[in-house]
Amino acid sequence: MSEEKEMITGMEAPMYLTYNFTAGGATTRFLAELRNGKLVGQECPKCQHVYIPPRGSCAACGVPTVREVELTNKATVQSFTIVYIPIPNNPIKPPYVIANLMADGAHQSFLHLISDVDNADVRIGMRVEAIWKAEEEWTHAMENIQYFRPLDEPDMPIDEIGRLKNA
Amino acid sequence: MRDIAIVSFAQSPILRDAGAQNEVELIMPVVSAALNAAGLEDVQGVDFTCSGSCDYLQGASFAFVAGVDALGAVPPIKESHVEMDAAWALYESYLKIKAGQADSALIYGFAKSSPGDLPFVLSQQLDPYYYAPLWADSVSLAAMQARAGIDSGEFTAEQMAEVVQASRSNAKNNENTQLKGDYSVEQLLAEPEYIAPLRKHDCPPVSDGASAMVICTVEKAKEWGLPYAVISGIEHRIESHNFGARDLAVSESVVLAAEKAGVSQGPIDIAEIHAPFSHQELIVKKALGLDDTTKVNLSGGPLAGNLMMCAGLDRIGEVAMRIIKGEAKRGVAHATSGPCLQHNMVTVLEAS
Repeated sequence: MSEEKEMITGMEAPMYLTYNFTAGGATTRFLAELRNGKLVGQECPKCQHVYIPPRGSCAACGVPTVREVELTNKATVQSFTIVYIPIPNNPIKPPYVIANLMADGAHQSFLHLISDVDNADVRIGMRVEAIWKAEEEWTHAMENIQYFRPLDEPDMPIDEIGRLKNA
Repeated sequence: MRDIAIVSFAQSPILRDAGAQNEVELIMPVVSAALNAAGLEDVQGVDFTCSGSCDYLQGASFAFVAGVDALGAVPPIKESHVEMDAAWALYESYLKIKAGQADSALIYGFAKSSPGDLPFVLSQQLDPYYYAPLWADSVSLAAMQARAGIDSGEFTAEQMAEVVQASRSNAKNNENTQLKGDYSVEQLLAEPEYIAPLRKHDCPPVSDGASAMVICTVEKAKEWGLPYAVISGIEHRIESHNFGARDLAVSESVVLAAEKAGVSQGPIDIAEIHAPFSHQELIVKKALGLDDTTKVNLSGGPLAGNLMMCAGLDRIGEVAMRIIKGEAKRGVAHATSGPCLQHNMVTVLEAS
């Protein structure tokens, strides 16, 4: 082996691991209700904060969230981003608005799309409502909601978004 | 330097498959059980929290962050994590308290191993250039180690079967374990080889669950009015990741850690050895310098139930609880990390 070899500077080492994912007991209950067209949060028995989507515990108190609370389709924009960069394989054409939404009665926000509005008009505190897909398309996913669109209601003051009513 | 005590320990049932429960749901009960056993209402009662887990088991990056949801971390707590067995989370907490930055700590470890193909998931913890791309799985590597030991005359297949027999028999007294029962050495040796020279019973079961522990200064334990076991020595040593550079049939790192932890400075009544494979118990027992006066793995050990990322903490908890209950005066707990006993920790525990 007198012949000089070129230095190897890279190699491919692909990783493929397969997992049987389970959502968890509490999230399973949430997803089952979503399949029925309902947004159902779970309430902390200690601090009364309502989590959606629930992970089974109150992250603040460290106790299981057992009681379920059905929420309406109404929510408030807590924060938002206008996305200009296309994501490969994403059918939604930029620019579009993705927002942290606080459902009425909930104390933890979730991400969803805002549509039926000029992107420039979206603002923190704006009131929105969920537009669901047709019932036959419902699965165990947040995508059952197509998007949120503005409601003809006054904005919610920033200090009140996601706060406990009597706290 | 201030002495450190273990005051409580809680372990979930060791299950083959925890089903729909997620990690947070596995952690919450043991964390509250360990805190309550220490007389604490919630995590705010300790100064520091440290966890052990491995994101590969969940197949998600930063999965350990979600584990904090089980704690109740408001107002914010001081918290840390090790991407390995929670025995090392105990070590970090021990140092934190020794350094005077905390007086007490909650330690927990958790894993749901059932969702993935565990031996292959663990192969991703190997060195990423030479071993991980070969998909060297944890059982095959352990088989290579067993072969090295048998061929060099360090131990025999009969001795390995005796380890399994004792593990399953001892596990009958442990309500949390997964595999238990009465088996004869002949019966075990009659089983076919699985990945030679290992038989299935030489390998640990896949397990789901979690464990938690509270440690504190001895002064704090007295203030709380709790019985406790003192950590009189703790040390860990690591060997090369290059299997070819190690003698797999013996454990130099256990010998060193045992010496530094002071294992030989008194009689050892009980030992819990974190040996997921039967032959590894023989290697570690010898490296610890234990003789037959020491009772080994009365809990059944990892062969009876192997909670990834807390089986090492479990060993320490088992010894501590037996000392607290007055069943032993002095004990040693061993924890391991990495393939083929690469990294080892030895903890010596004593009655107060």
